[in-house]
Amino acid sequence: MVTANLRLGRLIRPTLSRHLLLALGAAVVLVAISAQIGAYDDYNLTAVAIFAVAAAGLTLLTGLNGQLSLGHGALMAVGAYTASLLLRDHQLPVVVVLLIAVLTTGIIGIVFGYAAARLRGPYLAGATLTLAVALPQLATRYKSIFGGDAGLTVPPSAPPVWLGADFPPERWLAWIALAAAVVTMVLLANLLHSSVGRSFIAVRDNEAAAALAGIDVARTQVLAFVISAACAGLAGALFGYWSGVTAPAGFGLGLSLQLITAIVIGGLGSLAGAIWGSIVLVFVPALTSGMASSLNVPSSVANNLPLAIYGAILVIAMLVAPHGIQGALKRLLALARARWGHSSASEKKGVMDWDDPAPNP
Amino acid sequence: MKSRIESSASGMRGIAIVCLTGLLAACGTSTADNSGTNTASAPGITATDITIGSTQPLTGPAAPGYSEIAPASNAYFVYLNQHGGVFGRKILYQYLDDGYNPTNTASQTRKLILETKVFAMFSSLGTPTHLAVVDYINSEKVPDLFVSSGCNCWNNVSKYPNTFGWQPDYTIEGKVLGQYIKQNLSGKKVGYFYQNDEFGLDGVKGLDDQLGASSVPSASRQNYVPTNTNVGPQIAALQASGAQVVVSYTIPAFTALALLTAAKLGYHPTWVVSNVGSDITTLTGLLTTFSKGAVGKQLLGGMVTDTYLPLVGDSSNPWITLFKGIHDQIIPGLPWDGNVLYGEAQAYTLAQAFKAAGRNPTRSSFVKSLESTKLSGGPGLAPLGFASDNHLGYLGVQVAIIAADGTEATNGPVYTSSDSGPISQYSGSASSPPSNGIP
Repeated sequence: MVTANLRLGRLIRPTLSRHLLLALGAAVVLVAISAQIGAYDDYNLTAVAIFAVAAAGLTLLTGLNGQLSLGHGALMAVGAYTASLLLRDHQLPVVVVLLIAVLTTGIIGIVFGYAAARLRGPYLAGATLTLAVALPQLATRYKSIFGGDAGLTVPPSAPPVWLGADFPPERWLAWIALAAAVVTMVLLANLLHSSVGRSFIAVRDNEAAAALAGIDVARTQVLAFVISAACAGLAGALFGYWSGVTAPAGFGLGLSLQLITAIVIGGLGSLAGAIWGSIVLVFVPALTSGMASSLNVPSSVANNLPLAIYGAILVIAMLVAPHGIQGALKRLLALARARWGHSSASEKKGVMDWDDPAPNP
Repeated sequence: MKSRIESSASGMRGIAIVCLTGLLAACGTSTADNSGTNTASAPGITATDITIGSTQPLTGPAAPGYSEIAPASNAYFVYLNQHGGVFGRKILYQYLDDGYNPTNTASQTRKLILETKVFAMFSSLGTPTHLAVVDYINSEKVPDLFVSSGCNCWNNVSKYPNTFGWQPDYTIEGKVLGQYIKQNLSGKKVGYFYQNDEFGLDGVKGLDDQLGASSVPSASRQNYVPTNTNVGPQIAALQASGAQVVVSYTIPAFTALALLTAAKLGYHPTWVVSNVGSDITTLTGLLTTFSKGAVGKQLLGGMVTDTYLPLVGDSSNPWITLFKGIHDQIIPGLPWDGNVLYGEAQAYTLAQAFKAAGRNPTRSSFVKSLESTKLSGGPGLAPLGFASDNHLGYLGVQVAIIAADGTEATNGPVYTSSDSGPISQYSGSASSPPSNGIP
């Protein structure tokens, strides 16, 4: 028993302290960056952090547990509407609002998780697609509660007074979102390195084998769905603060597909990939709309060009780097190591990882 | 004033001086400082130009028709800039697509204010979309000018001191349309078909004010949301309710859907359509597309609507000559229709406002000037309501009727009103534009 505990401690502690150290480093760098850049860049940084939270949750579900969800945009809507409804009549601290949003969405996640655990492949995709299409309609149907198409406005979270009167509210929101993202990443990274994370992967790879090894497949799937939904809820509540409005059009099927895009482009199953994908989601559309407006084409073409270019970039990206940005980076690293002859173990690992979308937080 | 401007069309400096004298003559009480040189007096204003921004539905459900408004405003600014601009400054207009999605409006507005650093927001389109950002724009103290929506939400001086409407609010419009129905279609059963948001509900408020809320039973009150294009159940319900007159507070795509659905059901009431959803060119295009060429503008015959600008097809009107000329020269690729007229007329009002605000305005002095200077002599049929306690735009409308051949003619006088006050006939006469076309 004692030796077992010792072994467990040896296994966990380096991981935990490595993750905490990484998180601390990331937090310091991000705060430094946010203080240097302008208000609009802070606003975009906030968007990256929000998408990263949602994408990290989704990559855990889809990449590591093998459940495809097309409904995460709707789960974000649950978080956003929870925050908006709370803030409509009460003045609550941001942390409380975020926690309640996480809880609410987590509970919705349990319900859908149970349904999802019974479904496989395209049926699961179809069921979650229903969620994405139907849930935002509730806002239009019950206009007096959810504000219809115009939605509910979300009052901004004012920076605390000790930061000074001139502290930009965009930077304050960026700090909140970045803190939420860092905490989420640490928690998920630790989870993935625990037995729970390994059981997620075992269920994804072969349900029968996992069941034979003593893993409760359905329970594992529900758990993955709940954790993933909670992440989406957190991201949704932050999204409400970020955009200042919670309206059904903001949480359409497009958002769910964007999240899928983020995790695939970033590298399926990897938390770092979720971050890369979020960066792509926020900055590439801005780039493409700039490209479209610099071309001299009729307005009916120019108006639709950003989306077309965005699509083309995604197609090319998947052709060039089928394992996403994180996969490509790992491959480059492995090639570099092979070339300049560093540690042979990691060289081998890098090459072998090519076809294995295993966790690499 | 007209002849003085004519004589000075040669140089920017000359125009600036004439503008100055014209302004002082027009409003001796104005405190605007027009002397000296151009300075970077506010964010978005440099010595040589003024940058303004807007969010517009260039794509999405509201794009048909409305996507022409911003290019049309821009065409007028190009024309203005070619003729010396305002106090020698060029107006640079940056309009971004929000797809009529409030969430996109929120991020695009922040881009314009935080990154582009526009002096003011101008003509941002849509009720649900602009409601998403009106708090933010006012918290940033950015002038929020001439919102392209007739919601009376923009007329809230204490809550939104920087926001100004432009087109008549939907309640005033509803009252004038209601009065027309009461006087000309009396005894007929009336039904409503409206967008289920502030746009439709404000219109219904005005209609009920005139027709009496109890005279239209709930079965004759049908609504839609722009995300659901199936209007069959609602139109069938109106038909079943026996409504002989249907007042339609709809965006163009839904006016067309309603007309087609009704035609398919063999239902032919008298349609009374809000100005917003009645542009003939836009509707003809939509009807032809939706019906794959089976029908076109013949469905528009007999439609009652209203206008607050000269009629698009009235080629004898000097405003139409001016604006159509600018259209033909700068944006010939767009159809000449009510949306283009709207965008150009709005841009003209903005040029008037910049001229009235003086050479080097700040954001707050600009807002103050808009509240204290009467912007008269513009293209509108009714006066603008701007005052320190009123941020309404045009205060009235004139009823217009579309004939079977697709031409439109006004009917009766221009009526003005307010949300709660009585309707009165407007006695002022129409103005004509200065000969060089800039205020």
